[in-house]
Amino acid sequence: MADLRTKLAGISSPNPFWLASAPPTNTGYQVQRAFEAGWGGAVWKTLGDPIINTSSRFAAVHFNGQRVAGFNNIELITDRPLEVNLKEIYETKKRFPNHAVVVSLMVEPKREKWHEIVKKVEAVGVDGLELNFGCPHGMAERGMGSASGQQPDLVEMQTMWAKEAAQTPVIVKLTPNITDITVVARHAVMGGADAISLINTINSLAGVDIHTWNTVPHVGGKGAHGGYCGPAVKPIALSMVAECAKDPKVSVPISGIGGISSWQDTVEFMLMGATNVQICTAAMHHGFRIVEEMIDGLNNYLDDKGIAAASDLVGQTVPKYSTWGELDLNYQVVARIDTETCINCNKCHIACEDTSHQCIDRLTDANGKAYLKVREEDCVGCNLCAIVCPVDGVIDMVEIQSRHAPMTWNDRQKALARMNSESSETEAV
Amino acid sequence: MNDPTVPTRLAPEAFAKSFAETVPGLTRKAAMEESNRCLYCYDAPCIKACPTSINIPSFIKRIATDNMKGSAIAIMDANPVGASCARVCPTEELCEGACVLNDESDPIKIGLLQRYATDWAVESGQTLFKAGSPNGRKVAVIGGGPAGLSAARELARDGFAVVIYEAKSLAGGLDTYGIVSFRLPQSISLWEVDQVRKLGVEIRTGVKVGVDVTTEELLADYDAVILAAGMGNVSNLGIEGEQLEGVYDAIEYVEATKTDVPPYPIVGARVAVIGAGNTAIDAATCSARLGASNVKMIYRRTMDEMTAYDFEYEFAKQEGVEFSWLTAPKRIIGDESGRVTHLECVRMELSDAVGQDGRRIPAQVESSEFLLPVDAVILAIGQKRHQSLIDHLGLKHDRGVVLIEEETRRTSNPRIYAAGDIVFGNGKGEAMVVSAAEQGKQAAYAVSRHYSSNSFQANDSVAI
Ligand SMILES: Cc1cc2nc3c(=O)[nH]c(=O)nc-3n(C[C@H](O)[C@H](O)[C@H](O)COP(=O)(O)OP(=O)(O)OC[C@H]3O[C@@H](n4cnc5c(N)ncnc54)[C@H](O)[C@@H]3O)c2cc1C
Ligand SMILES: Cc1cc2nc3c(=O)[nH]c(=O)nc-3n(C[C@H](O)[C@H](O)[C@H](O)COP(=O)(O)O)c2cc1C
Ligand code: SF4
Ligand code: SF4
Ligand code: SF4
Repeated sequence: MADLRTKLAGISSPNPFWLASAPPTNTGYQVQRAFEAGWGGAVWKTLGDPIINTSSRFAAVHFNGQRVAGFNNIELITDRPLEVNLKEIYETKKRFPNHAVVVSLMVEPKREKWHEIVKKVEAVGVDGLELNFGCPHGMAERGMGSASGQQPDLVEMQTMWAKEAAQTPVIVKLTPNITDITVVARHAVMGGADAISLINTINSLAGVDIHTWNTVPHVGGKGAHGGYCGPAVKPIALSMVAECAKDPKVSVPISGIGGISSWQDTVEFMLMGATNVQICTAAMHHGFRIVEEMIDGLNNYLDDKGIAAASDLVGQTVPKYSTWGELDLNYQVVARIDTETCINCNKCHIACEDTSHQCIDRLTDANGKAYLKVREEDCVGCNLCAIVCPVDGVIDMVEIQSRHAPMTWNDRQKALARMNSESSETEAV
Repeated sequence: MNDPTVPTRLAPEAFAKSFAETVPGLTRKAAMEESNRCLYCYDAPCIKACPTSINIPSFIKRIATDNMKGSAIAIMDANPVGASCARVCPTEELCEGACVLNDESDPIKIGLLQRYATDWAVESGQTLFKAGSPNGRKVAVIGGGPAGLSAARELARDGFAVVIYEAKSLAGGLDTYGIVSFRLPQSISLWEVDQVRKLGVEIRTGVKVGVDVTTEELLADYDAVILAAGMGNVSNLGIEGEQLEGVYDAIEYVEATKTDVPPYPIVGARVAVIGAGNTAIDAATCSARLGASNVKMIYRRTMDEMTAYDFEYEFAKQEGVEFSWLTAPKRIIGDESGRVTHLECVRMELSDAVGQDGRRIPAQVESSEFLLPVDAVILAIGQKRHQSLIDHLGLKHDRGVVLIEEETRRTSNPRIYAAGDIVFGNGKGEAMVVSAAEQGKQAAYAVSRHYSSNSFQANDSVAI
């Protein structure tokens, strides 16, 4: 049994699985049920001046018969009075002293507003605060959420204001609706953030109803952009976590969020630098009990690998995440097809033929049986065939000995620059 | 009160229930899951295994992408009786048997997906195809079964004026009258007939060629004739007692169940079915569902030689049908009133001699005769050929199987083409709805090709 405990900027939790600030953490009843089910922590649904939520508010993108590849919402922050929330937070923390109770906050970008809410919330006994600079809809129109999260200076200033009043750790939650996530992350750190969490939802429109021509979702025939999350956003979230993790100027712990649906996703985020993870869509899709599968899977994975603690995973892959200019241009893999296990669907052939490098031949053996073979000398090692092959393990991408020594683009540029400076002017082109 | 030992007829409600389609269609969710499982193979083997070459990955992808009309059209375009085929094709021998997922997981349920798409078409009430602009040519089709309907549909799409002559009061052939309702409801076949009729094809039902209209008339009135008359009723066994009351022809027997409660007293009856082919299985399962107390199939060879498909055999067993292998009928015995009471049988064994069809020849075991008490005997030992029609048309044939030139589907009369069961037999291919449909298409294309390439020569020679 591995040690699953985590500590994010001083906030302890029995395991790395937190519920993200969202509908699952709307009330004390829900958060307590979640803790009973096994969740290690919860970030309370964002508190602020109560608003009115619309009906309807959610939509999802289904993919090839599978429900909820992605999830879209136009819900805002809590629509319940602050006092009610504070009372329930107090009761929850009292019942679950060892679980992480973090409260998400969003107020107008005014110093006294931040001081006021931070004090009120900390007074009921919480483990930390999360500043929501991410919500891409509704609150942005009021100068909050992603409207301030998209302005690095505003992020920095508001973080500072919160920190002025805060006794507990302050986590800054970042919006992905920007060009370079590290810029905002750095400003959060400059403002005194103890940790960052990312990503919030991505601007989205889930769909258009092709029969009514309404947007999906719509509110009485009208739609507005929403925030996208769920499995489909995982690669985007992972890359943003990675960018922050490898940036030396973003020197605080990371809480990873975005499309995490399984223990495997969790391991990936942790390897990529997240200290813990926050989850919303998977819980909304399956209920709180999904955490049992995540805890069990993570545990068995760590035991199988002989890793004593989940925290040992954090950041292991970060050094391997570099830039394109550092990739070895002479490294070479080629596709190899196992004709024994191939089921002859020809998907690899048509993919390579039509959209890659035309190097999978359809042949017939001496017994008249059809088989496929890669002309390795023409294969560029793009992976496409292995991606489309429906049977695991039939296509292997195998490394072949390169004729050349390793050389990256950066090496090459340096070498060229050296050659140019050494060459005489008449040789220059 | 009825005497429980005397067989009676089934009540209409009970009949309606037990003759309703057995296999339920896919729900929308099941269809979505199954269609999304298809790999959309390139140059897919399932297409090659379909005698009508339905573009299977395409019609399945259209189901998955909620394009039901496109899916139904993809199916019906290649196979004018695609809704019937979705139910009666031996899919494990054809498309599903060739699916690449056979070993890896489970083959795609192509038949059920095909049914899902065509059921949509039936319910939508849409006409899926249009007739071509008239080319001034007229074709007569003899027989409105799968082969005749396919030929007519394709000819109409090519602009021919087509008249189908159908002896029965409804078209559709064995799909309408021969295959049991709990596998293929008559309404499905009649929808297919209607789709063909909506292309402007005239279907003259109740007209028997050779009786109500002569060949001479047809040849005089039409540019070409397509012969698609199928096969006839069941052949006689040639044993004593075949004329007794309670002895039935399997084809007629099944036919009587297609529209209403048949007039036969089968509830509580002991039924012996002679034969072990598709027809015999249908007659046996029909009897079980009509309320027979016991149904035995009497077959002179073993399970290995029977021509019924495995799935048919399994289905019959599930229905409670018993199989008496290596048993041959010798004589049917009746009482004074002429009603059947017993079937005299004899045990058989397979000899070492091998027949023309490659199967071992069965021989009687001496003094092994025994009496089987029965209330009904159903003969199902292969269908008769339409000898008199063939003679009337003056066509070359081999024991009632009309001879054709494979490529052009022409008979020995160059203006008469043939397709379907009428050319099936003597070890060539399988009598299946789907192959009849394909042959009908090919006959139509041959006619079209002929008229688009050269004007017709009355004395064109045919290489048979
Ligand atoms: C009981 C039974 C079960 C079967 N089960 C299956 C199955 O599960 N799957 C499968 O694929 N196949 C099955 N078959 C075989 C299949 O039904 C045939 O292969 C197919 O129907 C042949 O089509 P066809 O158009 O050639 O002939 P038919 O369907 O026999 O149609 C011929 C038509 O011509 C008409 N006709 C005949 N003579 C004349 C005339 N002189 N003038 C005018 N019209 C005439 C007939 O009335 C009939 O309508 C089964 C057959 C039987 C008997
Ligand atoms: C392998 C690959 C290479 C691409 N190269 C280019 C490119 O050269 N120029 C470009 O404008 N977009 C490029 N794109 C982006 C696509 O044009 C397109 O914007 C993107 O894939 C989104 O569309 P999709 O979801 O249909 O794939 C590339 C995409 C892929 C998958
Ligand atoms: S790796 Fe790319 S280029 Fe090589 S065979 Fe596969 S698809 Fe073709
Ligand atoms: S995609 Fe995979 S299974 Fe299909 S033909 Fe290629 S190697 Fe074989
Ligand atoms: S072989 Fe199977 S998986 Fe491939 S296209 Fe046909 S039905 Fe689909």
